[in-house]
This record gives sequence, structure tokens and C-alpha cells, in this order.
Amino acid sequence: MAAVTETVEQVQAVADGKYKYGFVTDIEADTAPKGLNEDIIRFISAKKNEPEWLLDWRLKAYRHWLKMPEPEWAMVDFPPIDYQDAYYYSAPKSDTDGPKSLDEVDPELLRTYEKLGIPLQEQERLAGVAVDAVFDSVSVATTYKKKLEEVGVIFCSMSEAVENHPDLVREYLGSVVPYSDNKHATLNSAAFTDGSFVYVPKGVRCPMELSTYFRINAANTGQFERTLIIADEGSYVSYLEGCTAPMRDENQLHAAVVELVALDDAEIKYSTVQNWYPGDENGVGGIYNFVTKRGACRGRNSKISWTQVETGSAITWKYPSCILQGDNSVGEFYSVAITNNYQQADTGTKMIHIGKNTSSTIIAKGIAAGKSNSTYRGLVKIQPGAKGARNYTQCDSLLIGDKCGAHTVPYIESRNRSGRVEHEATTAKIGEDQMFYCQQRGLSEEEAVALIVNGFCKEVLQELPMEFAVEAQKLVGISLEGSVG
Amino acid sequence: MLEIKDLHVTVDGAEILKGIDLAIAPGEVHAIMGPNGSGKSTLSYVLAGRDGYEVTGGSILYKGEDLLEMAPEERAAAGVFLAFQYPIEIPGVASMTFLKTALNAVRKQRGESELDAMQFLKLVREKAKLLNVTDDMLKRAVNVGFSGGEKKRNEVLQMAVLNPTLAVLDETDSGLDIDALKVVADGVNALRGPDRSMLVITHYQRLLDYIVPDRVHVLAHGRIARSGGKELAHELEAKGYAEFGANEAA
Repeated sequence: MAAVTETVEQVQAVADGKYKYGFVTDIEADTAPKGLNEDIIRFISAKKNEPEWLLDWRLKAYRHWLKMPEPEWAMVDFPPIDYQDAYYYSAPKSDTDGPKSLDEVDPELLRTYEKLGIPLQEQERLAGVAVDAVFDSVSVATTYKKKLEEVGVIFCSMSEAVENHPDLVREYLGSVVPYSDNKHATLNSAAFTDGSFVYVPKGVRCPMELSTYFRINAANTGQFERTLIIADEGSYVSYLEGCTAPMRDENQLHAAVVELVALDDAEIKYSTVQNWYPGDENGVGGIYNFVTKRGACRGRNSKISWTQVETGSAITWKYPSCILQGDNSVGEFYSVAITNNYQQADTGTKMIHIGKNTSSTIIAKGIAAGKSNSTYRGLVKIQPGAKGARNYTQCDSLLIGDKCGAHTVPYIESRNRSGRVEHEATTAKIGEDQMFYCQQRGLSEEEAVALIVNGFCKEVLQELPMEFAVEAQKLVGISLEGSVG
Repeated sequence: MLEIKDLHVTVDGAEILKGIDLAIAPGEVHAIMGPNGSGKSTLSYVLAGRDGYEVTGGSILYKGEDLLEMAPEERAAAGVFLAFQYPIEIPGVASMTFLKTALNAVRKQRGESELDAMQFLKLVREKAKLLNVTDDMLKRAVNVGFSGGEKKRNEVLQMAVLNPTLAVLDETDSGLDIDALKVVADGVNALRGPDRSMLVITHYQRLLDYIVPDRVHVLAHGRIARSGGKELAHELEAKGYAEFGANEAA
């Protein structure tokens, strides 16, 4: 506990400074022209001093991407994306481009920070306010890294990993999500700019949540983020990405890829809080969050657990999945997806049972308000060799108002007679009697909705690391503001 | 405390209350008795401000203010409490959390500071003890899987914690055996005081043996058909509601 407290303090100290430049690879202030072609990819690769094999991999992905159709099966609707009308490489925004003080920041954004109880200085950082460097951030980053290095944990940006740990990257990059996986993941493979890399060596329990650390790191990872986490035999790591506070962001399309690899007896817990800009109440603007996340339980008795709280983005297209290859391996997916106004979410998971006695649990809570649509889409697949595989799935949907939609699309494919698959689903409307009961006890409509929805999501929220659970609860309330009355 | 004048209320186009007059002074306990369908629960919902109950005439003054102008949560903050006949389940929300959220919401509206976790816990434990509400019950989700008696005890606990000035108890005796009834009645009696008024709605006289009212009113066909002292309740118990034109519904 002491170590965690210390960590949090350090992170806060860092958050007050200009930490981001201590972590992200140095990039000179130039920008590639608009659009994507092989020259741009060569440019990105050269900027990062990448080895040839990685450039080749990117180009292979790019050539494949050109021939790929857009995935069209999801229940989301948006105009075609003009991929040539975007910048694929630009230096991180310098401070001079940002607002000069909080006075220049959208008051709506500030109101949200206020409600989440985010300290003023961190608000400035999140909103991209130019803050004077008062602090040698590099030294803190070093202390941090030292602590991890003592136990042999590698935690760095993807660019640094390519440079310093090329063998690990080469062995595992694309081994869970191949470059040809799907249109969005393939685009990422061709054009990813940075991301995070974690390697936890044999038998090591990572001494800290790799969460708050990331919260700082996240500022500049950009739209094509690539994350790779490898937990070697008998190791454990808990990783939290994202932030409960909305961040200033000008990229509309986010096509990230996350790959997890758990070897024998290893465990990875990956938690996400996603609160990107959802667009305004008329459905104008907002982020397209098209993310491919997949974990491979390669080793025996390994375990991968995904927990996600998705409240932001105009469109969410995301299916964190587990490939349960090792015998007795365990996959878990806990999800809360909240949509309001005109947001669209199509999210769920795939549990692929390959090894013997593999088991998976899926708990998905979808909450739809306003004119939004929330879809759970999931696949449970039991391969012929997966003797004794088990799955339990529970999908609950809650509707607020009568202009929104909740949909559940479960796919089950069982090719082994000994497999056991359970699926439960419920759909309910938030009850007028529950609302009245809460209001009679003094809660406003918004407080009542927040309380009832938090109760509805409890099983998922309690899976989050402690320090984020409280913020996530507040976020649930905030994201549903204006959904009643 | 409460002054209802010529109150007319319509639900789904049908007039349920057809001119109610009722005045309750501070510290008084009034009982409303009446056959099923006479409008007893409607009256309690109108006082609490539930949607779907349209006031077509008359007025309600609470502490001199127009109660009908206030939102349900404003009424709660002003000290109006309704103990529900059928308490509502809120899955996933611990009773303790619910109590704390409610108390702090009310305190916030009243311009008071929120209680911290320790102060709150002390307050709840003290009130809970009186009502035989165990820590285990406080950890369980609000009313989910509660027995009839637990639900009603939980309602009275909420009342004790929120400390209202006007408490409306809607059929708080329904579904209780005699032991549970005593516990609930003791809890309610402990809250009687010169500054708190109560409106006790019941079908049976039994509850009024334990919560002895200052006045008893008979509600029938949307009107107050008769008012009297506590002896009126005994008379009704003996004769039933037949003289008010209702079928004996016992």
C-alpha cells in the first residue's frame, strides 16, 4: 500500500509538470503531408529509426489494407471515412498551440472536471493548457523506471521498445492481432505512431498498477496507438488505460490495437475507462473509436481479464477478446457501455476456447439513453479440442427514455460435446417507481439516475482498480446528464 | 403544519379524490382509514408529488407554503417523508449507500454540510439498533430479497435518518405479523414529538392500537366521510366500512 501511495504522489507531482516530454520519443517539429501512401509510411518509420523488418511489416500491412473492405456488420452508422483527408504523422502539439489558461477552455469541459474532482493543475494538463515547466520530469520518470527495473519489468513507449528490445517486439508484435486482421487494425499496423510496451519477466508480480503512470503518458499517443503487453511465466500485471476525464483531442478516428500475451501461469488484468469526446447533443462531432483488443492465453493456467467502462466517443467499435489456448486458461470480460444523445456503441467480446478445461466469464451491461443505440455483440466459440470448456455470459440492458435502443447479439459455436455454455440476458427500463422512490428520499432526477445505473453496473465497476472505481462511478452519472426530464 | 383544502385529484382521467379537507397541527398524529379503492394511497402520492396524479382543484399548504409547486425532492428536503406501502427494490445499491446518498442530498438542499463516513455510520448504527436492522441488512441491496417485515423496518429506518417533519405512512402495517408490527410501531412512536406530524394510512384498526392517533378520518369514495377521535377506529373495527357504502373488504 505504501508503495502505491508513494506512486500516486509521484505521479501527481509529475502531472503538475510537463511530464509528457520526458516519456514520448523525441520528435522534431515537422509534419508529413496529408493522406496515406507508402512514402508516408517510410517517413514515419524513418522518423522513428525503425529497423527494416518493421518497415517491411508496415508496408505489408498497408498494401493489404488497400484491398480490404470496411467491416460492415456492426450496428453503427456513419458516412464513409476519407482516409486521405487526415494527417498520419505530425509532431505532438506544442504548448503554444493550446489554450493559454483555463479561461480559454470550453466551460462544459471544466464543469465535468469539477464534478470528477480533478485537481486544478491536472485539469490544465488534460485540457492542454500551456503550463510552465517547473519540474525536471525526466528525473522522476527515471526513478519510476528504476523501481520497475529492479524487478526486471520493462515499461516504455513502443518506439523505445523497438529500439531497446527489438527481439521481444519482433517476436510478439502482430502475434495476437495479425497485420491482416481487420481494416482498422491493419491501418494501425501500417501507420501506428506510438503506444506502450510492457514485459513482465518470469515469476514477477509487477509491484505497481501500471495505471496512473499511463494516465500521463496518454497525452500524446495519438490516434493510432499500439500496445503490447507480455506476461512471462508465473507473472502478474495490472494495467489501466485511459482516463475518466475527457481529453482535448482533435483526431476523429482512433484505430488502436492492443495485444496481450500471457504465458504459463501468468495473469494480465487490463482495465479501460474510455471517455473520449462523444459529440454534442445533436450528434455533431465526436470520436470514432475503432479499437482491436485481443489477448492470448498461450500458457497453461494463464488468465486474461478485460474490464472496460465505455462512456465516450460518438461511435465505439470494440471487442476485447481472449484466445484461450493453454489448458485451464481463463478469460474474463466485464463491460459497461453507456450511450447518450446520438452515441452508438457496438461492443462485446470473443472467447475462443482451444485448450482443455478453459473457462470464460462475460458480464456486459449496456445502458442507453437519449437517441442512442447500444449493442452487445459477442462470440463464444468452443473448438473440437476444448474438452470441458465452460462459459457463463450475462448481458443486461437498461433503457432510459423511449427513443433509445439496446440490442444483444450473442453468437455461440460449440464443437465439443463436453462444452457448457450459459447465456442470460435481460432488458429493462429504468423504473418510474425507482425514480420516484429516490426522489422522495431527496435525490434529484440526475442523482437518482446515477445511483440506479451505478447499482446496475456494480458487478463490473467492482472489477476496476480501487482508485479508479470511485471516479468511474461519478463518470457514470455525468455521462447520463440530461437523459431524463 | 399541513392544510389540505378541497383537494381534487384525477388519475388517468378518473377523479379519485373529490374534495378533501384536512388540517394537521404540529405534533399531531392523524390516521386515515378507509376501504380499498377509497383513495388513501392516492392522497399519499399527491403529498409526495408523484407523476401521473393530476390535481384539478384545491390546495395543499405545508408550513404555509404551496406544496404542489414543489418537486418531489424539494418536498423531501422540506421534511416530507413517505413510507411506501410497497418499498421499491434498487438492485446493486447497498442500503447503507442509499441512506447516505439520500441524507446528503437532503442536507445539501437544506444548505447543510454533508456528513463524513464516520459521522454517518454512527448515526445509522444508533437508529438501526432501535429497529433491529442489522449490519447485514444495511449491506444488502435496497429492499432486494427483503422480507415484508425487513422492508417496513427499512422504511422506518430511512425515516429516522432523514428526520422529517411530516411523515406519511402508507399501510405500514400491511404484511406484518404481530411481532414485526410492534417493532415498527415502536420505531414510529420513538419519532413522535411536538415538531413532527404524522399521517398514518391504514385499512385496519390494529396498527392504531400501537400508534395511537389524535384524530381518525374515514376516507370513502374520495371524500372524508367522517372524522373523530381514536375511538372512531374501534367503532370501525366493530362495524366495518359498510355504512360508508363499501363492500366489506377484510
